[in-house]
Amino acid sequence: MRDADFFRHWMAAVAASVEREADRLTELDSPIGDADHGSNLLRGFTAVVAALGAQPPTAAPGEVLQLAGRTLISTVGGASGPLYGTLLRRTGKALGESDEVSDAELRAALAAGVDAVAQLGGAAPGDKTMLDALEPGVAALGTSYRAARVAAENGALATVPMRARKGRASYLGERSIGHQDPGATSSALLLGALADVAEPEGAR
Amino acid sequence: MLINSAQSVVADALRGMAAAHPDLDVDVERRVVVRRDARDGGRVGVVSGGGSGHEPLHAGFVGYGMLSAACPGEVFTSPVPDQMVRAAGAVDAGQGVLFVVKNYTGDVLNFEMAAELAEEDGLRIECVLVDDDVAVTDSLYTAGRRGTGATLFVEKIAGAAAEEGAPLDRVASLARQVNESSRSFGVALSACTTPAKGSPTFDLPDGELELGIGIHGEPGRERRPMMSAREIAEVAVGAVLEELAQIGPADGPVLALVNGMGATPLLELYGFHAEVARILAERGVPVARTLVGNYVTSLDMAGCSVTLCRADEELLRLWDAPVQTAALRWGR
Repeated sequence: MRDADFFRHWMAAVAASVEREADRLTELDSPIGDADHGSNLLRGFTAVVAALGAQPPTAAPGEVLQLAGRTLISTVGGASGPLYGTLLRRTGKALGESDEVSDAELRAALAAGVDAVAQLGGAAPGDKTMLDALEPGVAALGTSYRAARVAAENGALATVPMRARKGRASYLGERSIGHQDPGATSSALLLGALADVAEPEGAR
Repeated sequence: MLINSAQSVVADALRGMAAAHPDLDVDVERRVVVRRDARDGGRVGVVSGGGSGHEPLHAGFVGYGMLSAACPGEVFTSPVPDQMVRAAGAVDAGQGVLFVVKNYTGDVLNFEMAAELAEEDGLRIECVLVDDDVAVTDSLYTAGRRGTGATLFVEKIAGAAAEEGAPLDRVASLARQVNESSRSFGVALSACTTPAKGSPTFDLPDGELELGIGIHGEPGRERRPMMSAREIAEVAVGAVLEELAQIGPADGPVLALVNGMGATPLLELYGFHAEVARILAERGVPVARTLVGNYVTSLDMAGCSVTLCRADEELLRLWDAPVQTAALRWGR
């Protein structure tokens, strides 16, 4: 079972990997976006860690993720603020109020979160967006957390030959082909951090 | 760059606006710029916002006869819903608030969330999307036409109607009419440099230009060897007129905005406008009013855009109505 601390650790791990990868995310965002994905997410997840630190320690797992989502919406801006914020809020809502959740419940909740992202952004897999990492990643959670990380990373890599149909990269048309999508890349970081926290190196 | 640090550019600029324009209430912390007398007179509020880097859009248009408030985001990043909720609350005089939103995924999502929250607070909110950029032709496979130069026309005319005391539904329908009657096309002669990245957002060699750009330093649809002002005007005006013709047959004059992207001198911009005016005259398009200058910019990008709006007598009257803002002022 996973308690609230597990989710706090997950968010802290996302903040750490976003900090590590911020320059790369911004670099990926330059040819097909506007060169700010890394700095925007860094601002957001730094605020998430601060907000969770101020949250009562009795908060349930679902409340942890809902606060994280609200904080992203209030601090990130752009499309990624509402999209990542909705992902975590909806996942948190789906977790309900229990103090501990099973891996199966987390899997189902994340699937609901990903559906909400698809609905809000109007995107489908293949559009060269976050969903191209989130969908295969969350689907592979049925196998293991590590499988989810690999599937999400492969999903992000698979955006390279895609033509963007949503977001700012879509204005480039054919010229968006040949670049890895920054949103799919950061989505893979999110699931990678989940795998790190759920199955720490050497634990199995 | 003339900055203290990349992290503080937006806050620093807001502190400067506050110092220069005492008739604006500038909340540097929460990033909301409000006209001090926004609530006097029981008018409809007109609120816009968007990423920073397009100055004077939007905060430069806050004041008498135009915007009630503006919400600047990070550079090229839409503001967050909290800003628009705060702005709406600060300007609402019981007559409702119009949100003017440029059509970019981030802006649309954040303004939609803000509208929901403000409505939960009991405010009446209408949203108008601005999507005038004809360079985005393939709207089925993109996020749709971008909002660019027409934003100025929408904000001026909606603001004038609100100033006169028009009700919310009328202000919103005028704003939509302006957007539907406007088309734009932009050209970049150089890329721009965001403070966060510190180097050009895309690689555009000397001797080449980029056709069909937006206003966020993103590359356009097509790259070509450098052209003369005359040739660029032919492409830009041609593209705009072609799309305007699809709205319906011409039935009157146009408002013309010849807009600089930030780093093109007015000397060049007026020379470019001479070509625009000549082409419009040759094509038999009467121009009722013209604005030449840097209004909807993209940081330090060199280049220009052309926006034409088909204007009936009512739109012309509202365009001519007095306005007093940091960047646009006449008639008062």
